[in-house]
Amino acid sequence: MDLYAELILDHYKNPRNFKELEKADIVFEDNNPLCGDKVKIFLKVENEQIKEVSFMGVGCAISIAASSMISEIVMNKTYEDVFKIDKNQVEKMMGAELSVSRVKCAMLGLSAIKKAIKILQNEK
Amino acid sequence: MDQVKKLRNDFPILKGKLIGRPLIYLDNAATTQKPNQVISKLCEFYENYNSNIHRAVYAISEEATIAYEQVRTKIADFLKAEDPAEIIFTRGTTESINLIAYSYGEKNIKKGDEIVVSDLEHHSNFLPWKALCERKGAKLKVLESDEKGDFVNIKDVIGKKTKLIAVTLMSNAIGLIPNLKEVFEAGKKAGAKILLDGAQYVPHFGFSLEETDPDFLVFSGHKMLGPMGVGVLYVKMETLEEMDPFLYGGEMVTEVTEKDVTWNDLPYKFEAGTPSVADVISFGAALDYLDKIDMTEMQNHINDLTEYAFKQLNKIDEISIVSPDNTDINGGVIAFNVDDVHPHDVGTILDKEGIAVRTGHHCAQPLMNKLGLTGTVRISFYLYNTKEEIEILVNALKKVQEIFFNEE
Ligand SMILES: Cc1ncc(COP(=O)(O)O)c(C=O)c1O
Repeated sequence: MDLYAELILDHYKNPRNFKELEKADIVFEDNNPLCGDKVKIFLKVENEQIKEVSFMGVGCAISIAASSMISEIVMNKTYEDVFKIDKNQVEKMMGAELSVSRVKCAMLGLSAIKKAIKILQNEK
Repeated sequence: MDQVKKLRNDFPILKGKLIGRPLIYLDNAATTQKPNQVISKLCEFYENYNSNIHRAVYAISEEATIAYEQVRTKIADFLKAEDPAEIIFTRGTTESINLIAYSYGEKNIKKGDEIVVSDLEHHSNFLPWKALCERKGAKLKVLESDEKGDFVNIKDVIGKKTKLIAVTLMSNAIGLIPNLKEVFEAGKKAGAKILLDGAQYVPHFGFSLEETDPDFLVFSGHKMLGPMGVGVLYVKMETLEEMDPFLYGGEMVTEVTEKDVTWNDLPYKFEAGTPSVADVISFGAALDYLDKIDMTEMQNHINDLTEYAFKQLNKIDEISIVSPDNTDINGGVIAFNVDDVHPHDVGTILDKEGIAVRTGHHCAQPLMNKLGLTGTVRISFYLYNTKEEIEILVNALKKVQEIFFNEE
C-alpha cells in the first residue's frame, strides 16, 4: 500500500549485504538510465546455487531497498529458483504496488543477478 | 489572480475527475494542458470537415485546406514573419531541428566546418548536430554559460569556420534565459546561420522576427496549449531556397515523370505526406486563446508565481535550488533537489499528493554533468497555476522530509 513504508526506508537506510565480496565468482554492473540508478552485484556460487551475494550501488530508495531485500531472498537459492522470481513477487516483497515508471527501479537488482547468472552459465 | 481562477475552468483536466481530486500540474515545460477551446476544435474537425487537404475539389476538403492555411498565416502574424511561406509545419521541435540538419545541413555543411551549440541545449538540439558533424567530418563546438546566462567563451568558439549556431532561447532544465546578443553579433560577423530553439521561450514570450532575425526558429505547439503533433519551423526565405527536401512523397511535388520531378512551391516542398491537419487547426485555437488572455499579463503572473515559489522553497534548508533566482533571466522553471533524497523518490511522494512534477535529467545531460548532478526535481509554471498550488507543493515537500528523516 505505502511505497515509503518503514520496511522500505529501513532497507534503504541500512541496506543488507551492502559491501564488496572478495573472491566473487562474478561481479556484474547494471544501471537504469532513466533514474541514474547503478548497481554492482557480487556472487559466489556452487553447483548452480548462490552461496553468497552482496551489492553496491547508488540510486533512489526503491532501487536500493529492493536490491537489499532481494539479496536476502536469493541467498542459497538455486539458479532455477532465482529465475522464477518475478515482478509480482518483488511487489509482494516490497509490500507495495509499483507504478510503471518505478518498476524498473525495483527490478534493477534482481535483473542484474539474473544477468550475472546467465553469464556464469554461458561460461561453462 | 481572479482572471486565473476563471480561466482554469477552461481546462477540464485541472478538475482532476480521473484521479478524484484537482490535479496540481507543475510540469508545463514538458507539455501544457489544453483548454476546451482547443479540445473542441479537434472534435469539430473530425465531426464536420475531416478530409485531406490540398488535393480535392469538394467542399469539405477546401474548408479543411483553408482552415489549415489560416493557421499558417496566424503563425506568420504571431511571429511577424514577412511571408507565410516561411512557416513549415512539422510534428514538433525535434522534427523541425532534424529537418534543418538534413535539408540544410546535408547540403551545406562540409568537412572542416564548425557547428556551435550551447551547454544549455535539450538533447534534440544537440544530438542532430553531433550526428551531422560525424557524418560530415565537421566539428561541434560548445558555448559555455555562466550562472547569469552569459556565454563565457564566445570568442574561442565562434569564428570564420562557424557555419551554423544552434542555441536555445531558454533552458528547459533550469529555466535560464541566456543572453544571446553577443552570440548573434559574432554569428552574423562570421556569416553563420543561426537557429533558435524556442520550445520553452516562445510559449511564454512569443517572438518577434522584426526585432531579432534568425535564419531558423523552431518550437512545439503542445507546450503552448496546442495539441501534440504540431511543430513549427520558421526558415528565412533566402535560407529556405538553399535547402533540399527532407521527406520525399506526396504533396511536395508539382510534376513527376520517371526522369524528372518539379518541387512544389515553398513551403509545401517541405511538407510531404498528409500532415496533422486537425492538430494544426486546433493549434490555431490555442494561438487565439493566448492572444485573448494577453501574453504580458501571463508573464507577470508567471513571474509572481516564480518569485513566490523561490521565497517559499528558500525557507527550507534541505532544498538546494539549481535555477537562477531572478525572473529577468528565469522563464518560470525551478529545478531543485531535496538533500539526500533521490529526485525520483521526491517525484513519487509528490505524485501521491496529486502533484505532477518532472524528475530526472530533463533530456539535458551535458548540462547536468556540468552541474555535477544526475538529476533534479523540476517544477515549471504556466498561465493557470496558482499560489495555492505552490503552498500545497511546499507542504508536500515537508512531508518528503518527514518520511525520510523523521526516524528514531
Ligand atoms: C528546449 C527544448 N527543445 C526541444 C524540445 C523538444 O520538443 P518536442 O519534444 O516537442 O519535439 C524540448 C521539449 O522538451 C525543449 O524543452
